[in-house]
Amino acid sequence: MDTIFALASARGKSGVAVVRLSGPRAHDVAVTICGGLPPLRQAGLRVLRDSAGEALDTGLVLAFGAGSSFTGEDVVEFQVHGSLATVAALESCLAQDHGLRLAEPGEFTRRALENGVMDLTQVEGLSDLLEAETESQRRQALRVLDGALGRLVEDWRKHLVKAAALVEVSIDFVEEDVGDFDAAILAALETVAGGLASEIAGQAARERMQTGFEVALVGAVNAGKSTLLNALAGREAAITSEIAGTTRDVIELRMDIDGFAVTLLDTAGLRDTDEVIESIGIRRGRERALQADIRVILCEGPDAPPPLQPLPGDIVLLGKADLFPGHDDAVSGLSGQGLDRLLARIAAELTSRVARDGVSVRRRHLQAMQTAERALSEAIEKLRSGAYVPELVAADIRAAMTALDALIGKVDVEDLLGDIFASFCIGK
Amino acid sequence: MKHYDVIIVGGGHAGVEAALASARMGVATALVTFRTEDLGTMSCNPAIGGLGKGHLVREIDALDGIMGRAGDYAAIQYRLLNRSKGPAVQGPRVQADRSRFRHFVAQEALATERLDVITAEVTALIWEGDTVGGVVLADDNRIHARAVVMTTGTFLGGKVFIGEESFPAGRMGDEASSLLAQQLRGLGLPMGRLKTGTPPRLDGRSIDWAALETQPGDAQPEYLSFLTRQTQARQVACAITHTNARTHDIVRANLGRSAMYGGQIEGVGPRYCPSIEDKITRFADKDSHQIFLEPEGLDDDTVYPNGISTSLPADVQEAYVRSIRGLENVRILQPGYAIEYDYLDPRALTSALRLRDLHGLYLAGQINGTTGYEEAGAQGLVAGLNAALFALGREPVSFSRSQSYIGVMIDDLTLRGVSEPYRMFTSRAEYRLSLRADNADQRLTPLGVSLGCIGGVRAEAFGQKIARLEDAKAALRGFSFTPKQLNAAGHKVSQDGMRRDALDLLGLPGFDFDAVVALAPDLGSIGAETRVQIEKEMVYHSYLDRQDAQIRALRADEARNIPDGFDYTAISGLSHELAGKLARVRPETLGQAMRIDGMTPAALVLVLARLQQGKMRARA
Repeated sequence: MDTIFALASARGKSGVAVVRLSGPRAHDVAVTICGGLPPLRQAGLRVLRDSAGEALDTGLVLAFGAGSSFTGEDVVEFQVHGSLATVAALESCLAQDHGLRLAEPGEFTRRALENGVMDLTQVEGLSDLLEAETESQRRQALRVLDGALGRLVEDWRKHLVKAAALVEVSIDFVEEDVGDFDAAILAALETVAGGLASEIAGQAARERMQTGFEVALVGAVNAGKSTLLNALAGREAAITSEIAGTTRDVIELRMDIDGFAVTLLDTAGLRDTDEVIESIGIRRGRERALQADIRVILCEGPDAPPPLQPLPGDIVLLGKADLFPGHDDAVSGLSGQGLDRLLARIAAELTSRVARDGVSVRRRHLQAMQTAERALSEAIEKLRSGAYVPELVAADIRAAMTALDALIGKVDVEDLLGDIFASFCIGK
Repeated sequence: MKHYDVIIVGGGHAGVEAALASARMGVATALVTFRTEDLGTMSCNPAIGGLGKGHLVREIDALDGIMGRAGDYAAIQYRLLNRSKGPAVQGPRVQADRSRFRHFVAQEALATERLDVITAEVTALIWEGDTVGGVVLADDNRIHARAVVMTTGTFLGGKVFIGEESFPAGRMGDEASSLLAQQLRGLGLPMGRLKTGTPPRLDGRSIDWAALETQPGDAQPEYLSFLTRQTQARQVACAITHTNARTHDIVRANLGRSAMYGGQIEGVGPRYCPSIEDKITRFADKDSHQIFLEPEGLDDDTVYPNGISTSLPADVQEAYVRSIRGLENVRILQPGYAIEYDYLDPRALTSALRLRDLHGLYLAGQINGTTGYEEAGAQGLVAGLNAALFALGREPVSFSRSQSYIGVMIDDLTLRGVSEPYRMFTSRAEYRLSLRADNADQRLTPLGVSLGCIGGVRAEAFGQKIARLEDAKAALRGFSFTPKQLNAAGHKVSQDGMRRDALDLLGLPGFDFDAVVALAPDLGSIGAETRVQIEKEMVYHSYLDRQDAQIRALRADEARNIPDGFDYTAISGLSHELAGKLARVRPETLGQAMRIDGMTPAALVLVLARLQQGKMRARA
């Protein structure tokens, strides 16, 4: 039985994140990470370290013995600081350093069921929980396929199916006069392995950099963005003045909104201008705002159209609320009106977003890509050596396709046979 | 009026294996066939085994079936396919003398205790409610039985096409079972049409053999049966020739007269066995196709030209065949033809090959949408065993994908159905590295022994073989070496300070048995056959370790039965789409449910929870 782990608390929702391990190696791995376990069912404060000895965080550690845990197996819970960076580092340590597997949706529950440690009412309450997980998985899959990664992934699938089909042709249809495909197989696998390697490198870099969410303040020139930022920050971070166009570049401010690490971006006001430096500032500001997780778009007046087309989840408000009394959807940095409501809306939007996306998806995909890349490297090494056993190359490719199936979709033997019969005249 | 425990309808490869398996299980069995002379007839190409197919033959043999032994008796050429590749993808294959094969099968069927062979046409099944009670014969006689196995091949609604002509028939020269087909259609079971084709049969005396490249058999024959110790018939060579531009022109000019291209056939043909019409149309850029000229027997001049099946009119067949090198003056003994037939959607079957909604009725072979003697024989064996178990009031036996090609095939058929005649390939087996032809006996004979279908001769031979293997492994474990010792002997191993025993060494690259014997001369006493077997096991050593965990998880899921009629709509949280799919497919175990298209891990947990809930309620 594998030892599995997963973040048990909602991501970013609170200041504390709970990462849970379950399985035969849970205690051993935890001992390596935190030096020594407290007595069972008692919390102990420990410094968590990765295998290089680097401190990951200081947190509470709780261990449960098999038979008296949520899953019925050996379980350890780490309660660490809720920042995305901390959780990502801990997860990476568990997966990379210790070879544990990220749990499938519902897998903890499944183990609990199999070990008979759930009672009837708990079993009956399961469906809502699992429904939510299934739904979030489905949406995640859609998101991947819609995005830029989707095209890449489609390409990987094509190459893997092609490579696997060519290997299988040489095995199952050896009596047909089909030829030798080593070069084509190698080329297809190298393409995918190369793509995986660069995607893995990119993801890892993004994860290191990403310590939170970005919220951009967008609005027409002098809509009160900088004043609002300063009010939110409680200090003068951006220069504010009554002269339009003061903020020429992007000003960043890190803050904590309801447990989320948020970087607020104050962007240059949007207007047509002939001034070269200002127009560069506006362009940069707009680009940066579009990449942010959420845009807070400030309108100039009750009937003014938003200066930027809002994306789903964006917040559109009337700026300078002090000038337009009687409007609810308004905010003012100057008077402080609507500030709390704005913060609450940002927090609510981020909460709903981490529930359906967040690092866990990327983490899962990263792990899948790493597994696939290792398998493909083995296949490539065999092919390059010249003397290889085709069924082992086939096994490596199959392992890669299985690891990637959440990304590329399940590849079935029918897909391979379809490719074979379309490409070769089989039938002695 | 006669009574049996099990009746088998049909005497082809499925029928014979079913009847013999049922008789081996110790129940009174009758096999009813149109003509007793046709027992064991190879109606298509004169070969047994191959890739995936050879694996099936070994598995049939491991369960003490007849196909491997009959194939060895009939073999006039042995070839182990993929000899240069690893043992998992090597498939034993033979060219078989048709009459020797038929003779061996008929003799054994007629001599088997508890098995009666009855020559008659079955026109109807007898029903007692939704339970089958026997069969009605054409002369209105009735035979009663507790279980019936239908292995009617292409005889159900069979229709032969040669060019513009077509007529009902099961095989050239045989009548089709139309009455039985009508009754089966009346049962409201899901049916479909498939097609398959055959090439013209040639007179070997009119072939210019000297002009052709020959293909001899292997010098070291790899026998089909674990029991065979020596070659039993004279060995011959096959020949190879090719189609050419002229052949293609003739076929192309006459496509309109082909039954398949004239739109007379609605059934779906196999993609891996295209007709010559298909090859030339779909692969127009290929200017030549390979043809294997396979002799049908030692005392038979008929030659089977493998690779040019057709439904063109006889005169066109003669013209295109004579355009081929070596066949310029060939005489066609029987024109090629296409046959279209009914099959029953195998998703209506359980993993025991029993119709789900009817009791006591089992189906095996081409009627389930498969093609090939080996696929048919393997299903016949499973259906025969289960019919006998049913008659005995015992639990059915089902075969796992992780244990056998038989399990792969039955799971594919019953869970996913077919869209073309189903043929086995090694790529269908996800646990291919452990499901090898060489270890079929180790995988299945113990199961056969526990079921009671293994005869004394095989049981003893198997026991001795296992004892030799165990002894040899124990001996290998008894010698171990430090990295230092190994390096001193000229072997490069990592200096990790770990002692490795002689068995471990066989799993490392660069070590074969001779290298190990050089290190420990005492191991030289291990016999050649045992050495080869252990080497084969160790080839995939590191991969098999990884696969074992998956196999264990799969078997655990397969051990969780889902009762028939399980109410998926009552599971809240399960999407309508999945609930509908599960209700339609009716998986028998959680393991099967997992393989349903679109199934998610979370949905599987819901099903598991519902199963547990039922148990908890039952306890409460």
